[in-house]
Amino acid sequence: MTQMTFGRAINAGLRKAMERDSKVVLMGEDIGKLGGVFRITDGLQKDFGAHRVIDTPLAESGIMGTAVGLAFRGYRPVVEIQFDGFIYPAFDQIVAQVAKLHYRTQGKVMMPITIRVPFGGGIGSPEHHSESPEAYFTHTSGLRVISVSNPQDAYLMIQQAIASNDPVLYFEPKRRYHSKGEVDESIGLEAAPAMGSARVVSAGTDVTLVAYGPLVATANDVALAAADEGISVEVIDLRSLAPIDFAPLEASVRKTGRLVITHEAGQTGGLGAEIAASITERCFNYLESAPVRVTGFDVPYPPSKLEKHHVPDLDRILDGIDRSMGRRNSLSGLEGA
Amino acid sequence: MPSEAEASTQQAGLTGLAGGSVPADENFIQLITADGTRVANPDYDRWVADVTDQELIAYYEDMVVIRRIDTEATALQRQGQLALWAPLLGQEAAQIGSARALDAEDFVFPSYRENGVAYVRGLDLVNSLKIWRGNAHGTWDPYEFNMATPQIIIGAQTLHATGYAMGIVNDGADSAVITYFGDGATSQGDVNEAMVFAASFQAPVVFFCQNNHWAISEPVGLQAHQAIADRAPGFGIPSMRVDGNDVLAVLAVTRAALDRARNGGGPSFIEAVTYRMGPHTTADDPTRYRDANELEDWAAKDPISRLGALLEAKGLLTEEVKAAVAAKSDSVAKDLRANTIKLADPEALDVFEHVYSEPNSALERQKDHYQRYLSSFGAN
Repeated sequence: MTQMTFGRAINAGLRKAMERDSKVVLMGEDIGKLGGVFRITDGLQKDFGAHRVIDTPLAESGIMGTAVGLAFRGYRPVVEIQFDGFIYPAFDQIVAQVAKLHYRTQGKVMMPITIRVPFGGGIGSPEHHSESPEAYFTHTSGLRVISVSNPQDAYLMIQQAIASNDPVLYFEPKRRYHSKGEVDESIGLEAAPAMGSARVVSAGTDVTLVAYGPLVATANDVALAAADEGISVEVIDLRSLAPIDFAPLEASVRKTGRLVITHEAGQTGGLGAEIAASITERCFNYLESAPVRVTGFDVPYPPSKLEKHHVPDLDRILDGIDRSMGRRNSLSGLEGA
Repeated sequence: MPSEAEASTQQAGLTGLAGGSVPADENFIQLITADGTRVANPDYDRWVADVTDQELIAYYEDMVVIRRIDTEATALQRQGQLALWAPLLGQEAAQIGSARALDAEDFVFPSYRENGVAYVRGLDLVNSLKIWRGNAHGTWDPYEFNMATPQIIIGAQTLHATGYAMGIVNDGADSAVITYFGDGATSQGDVNEAMVFAASFQAPVVFFCQNNHWAISEPVGLQAHQAIADRAPGFGIPSMRVDGNDVLAVLAVTRAALDRARNGGGPSFIEAVTYRMGPHTTADDPTRYRDANELEDWAAKDPISRLGALLEAKGLLTEEVKAAVAAKSDSVAKDLRANTIKLADPEALDVFEHVYSEPNSALERQKDHYQRYLSSFGAN
């Protein structure tokens, strides 16, 4: 076991994947000498060479489209999108090419591309640097979408994403890059939990709280705070956003009868809507109250002086739990809330 | 007299905008004139010096056959056997000339109109028709023919070609890649980004633009204010402008570009100046947007009749050759029709196949539920 930061854990996972398979190549802007703006690829170009850690021209569609060509030739490209808000120029290549080539070629061409996206807010960035675009991609057939919440998962799941023969979007919570945690580097991919599996982070009996990526740590704090008020919260880290591993969610909601979902992305058409609808379909008879969403607002990501209002925090999530529990909350007395 | 493209620009109401004008269509590399005369070219003759009379006849046959395939496919569309068809009528020389320059190990990234290239790569064209019939999006193994399945998104494939070519460099291999696109595609970001990447990494890729003068109803003058071939040097990519209706000239320039690619010289750009004589697709009506005179002018530059005239002058277009070419196109067309109309519809559950290469719980649940739904109608 080694203590390492989140960012270091991804770096170690990338290194492991590159050592394992010479067809793994990294591509992106500033990922070579600089090691990426977050230093996630630090030292990799020095050790593996410029032909495997490729500093690309500044063109996101170009990066993604050439990654498609490399995958066509049998490579396993790992693409870094520098910031969440820069992924849109590559959107067409991702949803119209990367996602569809396996289907289009009736399984003859594989697209084992991993797309690393530092996402979410909380670091005081300018516009386009704090977005949560995951729902665009969970809505796209042919893609797998995952998000990591701790260094151990980050280390293993980046390797699993690269080893997958399907394209994977790997969302990294950038405000947790410096959080430390234990990483067991001796765990091989065979022994790792499946990339698609959700994880019960802490057991509870009163309400199920579902989170992923940066908000898993917040959700843990919520569980501790709620315990002080006598509420037992079961926290689930989704890990895989597409497909969603519903079995542990169903089991949890059957036990607690209540569901709260939280994410930074805006509410409308977000993952919270999908989870609420699916759990209602599957567990209707077990629900004691309507599922509750605590999310970012349906606004463009606000300037950094306002982001504390937009990103769900401990108190807003606790308020959501109160709603789910039928306790007095900020919307008490409001019809249809 | 304004050139065709200038005339088109005028039609589009865009005269007076700043910028150059598209050069006259005759400003290009040509080895066979429109009336079938072989003209000398000190730079490019050497690339086709080895072409035998038999090979010339073979190119002629290729062009006649793919024109016949177009006719047959258009008829099948009109009869409801195909949902749509994108004819290449008029572009036979551009496709046959370039495709005949390729080696088997070279890789092709086409758009949706490269049926002539596919034919040369050895594909049974019923595979193409299957796509337009709606049976599947892709119907062949790209690795079997070293040719990707059709790309519908305009220009997207040029990046795939460049990435594949970057892989060739990484592998230390000496094959090359060719990617086909039209004049309209040169306005797309992806084509421009592909040229940046190709130049940066000296990727062995040939950008083959078939300037067929029309992007559905939009004339080339709306996409370009100077020759499309003139753009590539700005990216650090040498380019050639060739008479796209001259199969020999197209063969020559494509061989030159592939040779450069294979020998570490990086990318090249070819603008083949040709003309789409038919509609963009069978859903389109070109009489709404283009002048009948324009079609007439281009008919006089027809790729097949000019090679026919050259063969005639050389005494090669014998009755025997004519009969053999006719028999070949008849038999290809007959097989195409027979094999297309007997194509069975795909199975219902095929809709779920090949979305992922690995198990996917969300999709498996939907498939399972749909299967149960279908079964609920009882045995049938």
